Amino acid sequence: MVQAFSDLMKNILDGRFVYTGELEPHKSIDLSEVISWAKTLKETGRVVAANVTDNPKSVGAISSLVASYIIQRETGLEMIYQLRCSDRNRLALVSDLLGAAALGIRNVLALTGDHTRQGDMPTAMPVYDLDGTQLVDLIHRMVYEGKDIDGNEIHGPRPQFNIGAAANPNFKPLEVEVLKIERKAEVGAEFFQTQVVFDVNVALDFLDAVKHIDAAFLIGIFPPRSYGQAEYFAKHVPGVQVPAEFLENLKKISEIPDRKERRKKIDEYNIEYFSDFIRAVRKKAPCRGIHIMAVGYPEVVGPLIESVEGM
Amino acid sequence: MIIVKEKPLDEILGFLLPYESILIVGCDGCTQPPRGLREAMTYAMLIEMRAKIKGKTNLKCRATTVSMQCDNHICSTTLTPQLEGIDAILSLACGVGVQTLVEVFPEIPVYPGQNTVFVGSQEREGGTMHEKCKACGECLLGETGGICPITNCPKGILNGPCGGCVDGKCEVPFEIRDESGKVVKTIVKDCAWYLMYQRLKKLNRLDLFRKYRPPRNRAISSSPRLLEVV
Repeated sequence: MVQAFSDLMKNILDGRFVYTGELEPHKSIDLSEVISWAKTLKETGRVVAANVTDNPKSVGAISSLVASYIIQRETGLEMIYQLRCSDRNRLALVSDLLGAAALGIRNVLALTGDHTRQGDMPTAMPVYDLDGTQLVDLIHRMVYEGKDIDGNEIHGPRPQFNIGAAANPNFKPLEVEVLKIERKAEVGAEFFQTQVVFDVNVALDFLDAVKHIDAAFLIGIFPPRSYGQAEYFAKHVPGVQVPAEFLENLKKISEIPDRKERRKKIDEYNIEYFSDFIRAVRKKAPCRGIHIMAVGYPEVVGPLIESVEGM
Repeated sequence: MIIVKEKPLDEILGFLLPYESILIVGCDGCTQPPRGLREAMTYAMLIEMRAKIKGKTNLKCRATTVSMQCDNHICSTTLTPQLEGIDAILSLACGVGVQTLVEVFPEIPVYPGQNTVFVGSQEREGGTMHEKCKACGECLLGETGGICPITNCPKGILNGPCGGCVDGKCEVPFEIRDESGKVVKTIVKDCAWYLMYQRLKKLNRLDLFRKYRPPRNRAISSSPRLLEVV
């Protein structure tokens, strides 16, 4: 039985359709820009929580735990602390999780993580003492048994986390991904946030394929700030399908000479495209929300949600 | 030199009980202690007896051996004539031997009879050597379709594939480097977990793919290792 420790899970269990955002701190001790993005998300009144990335693409950045804590403290927006296995063994994972619980973090997204060879320090030793599924198992044991993964007792109150994991609707064949998701759900994943999806049919097929799994699914979307960003996904992010029509329309807008006008049209097009997308996917039962990965583009999030929710 | 240790008989029977006709394949190569014809015959007898005790009376074992189970040509020429009517193979070789048989005979289930615990060095001239076994001491090949995730996945994960697998390919390219460390050749490898999925699907054993595998016991294979040979 899932307990709600976080506002995110309370909202999901209460049957509300949730929106989450994404924050990416840099290789810097200055969090002011990320904090301003988080404030914009908070001001929408509808983004219930936001992910803080942990060394995305294996590019070393400020600790996601420290960033999660500071951003949550400064903005009041609830954080989803991303934690990956690439850089930590099970002792370090337990230490960080205990620290996170003590600092008032209530959501963890358990990730295997990109290989260190993919990042900006490719000579680093990859750890992978645990994988993402085993990390879900570890967190579940800490929360529900008060023990670490070797059965050692945690003293005093148990950490209180709601446990998230990643899923990829673009995976082919989808059967492999569904088997993985079943495995993660079996050991305690309570909600899944997905890789970016542009094609609504990919999201709908995915939701059909996971409807038997007892977990909340948040479909990941990425409203691009420019045609270039969308083109990057189409060309360089393997497996992600970007519909030709979406690209063509953005290309047309990118040719508008006036910068202000161009930005306005991009916003309008994103809002139109993704509000149709969200209206379609939310009809499928396992879809309990949308994870909006508008990194560095938080101003689109509020109007997009308003367009869907009709506020 | 490769050191192996026998798997518990009941674990082996767990692999073999669904079948009736088993070929037990020894190896006369570098496996220590020896796992040649004599050992294969002993295993055949023990497995049949133990199967009978468990109520499985129609399980029959044949014993054979090959001079080097890590050599696919030798395996193919020696074993192909002996496979008539065989449902499954039990390999008494190291993890490399098991995986060689899997590659040579993709249609036949191959199970490990040994845990490979220690791999020494052997000098060779020319050719490419592929690492196949990390001698982790708790061989998983019986439930991973004969493909080792510890060795073949750069992350060595037990619950894959990871998010980096796209179109069946691994996110980490395999790099061959010269003496100065400069990359001279890059090969995009197949994802080990995707290969495992394909093989287990073919064998109608996706239940094994779907199974959750808890964290490994790293104490078994932490370096440096000492092995007391009795």
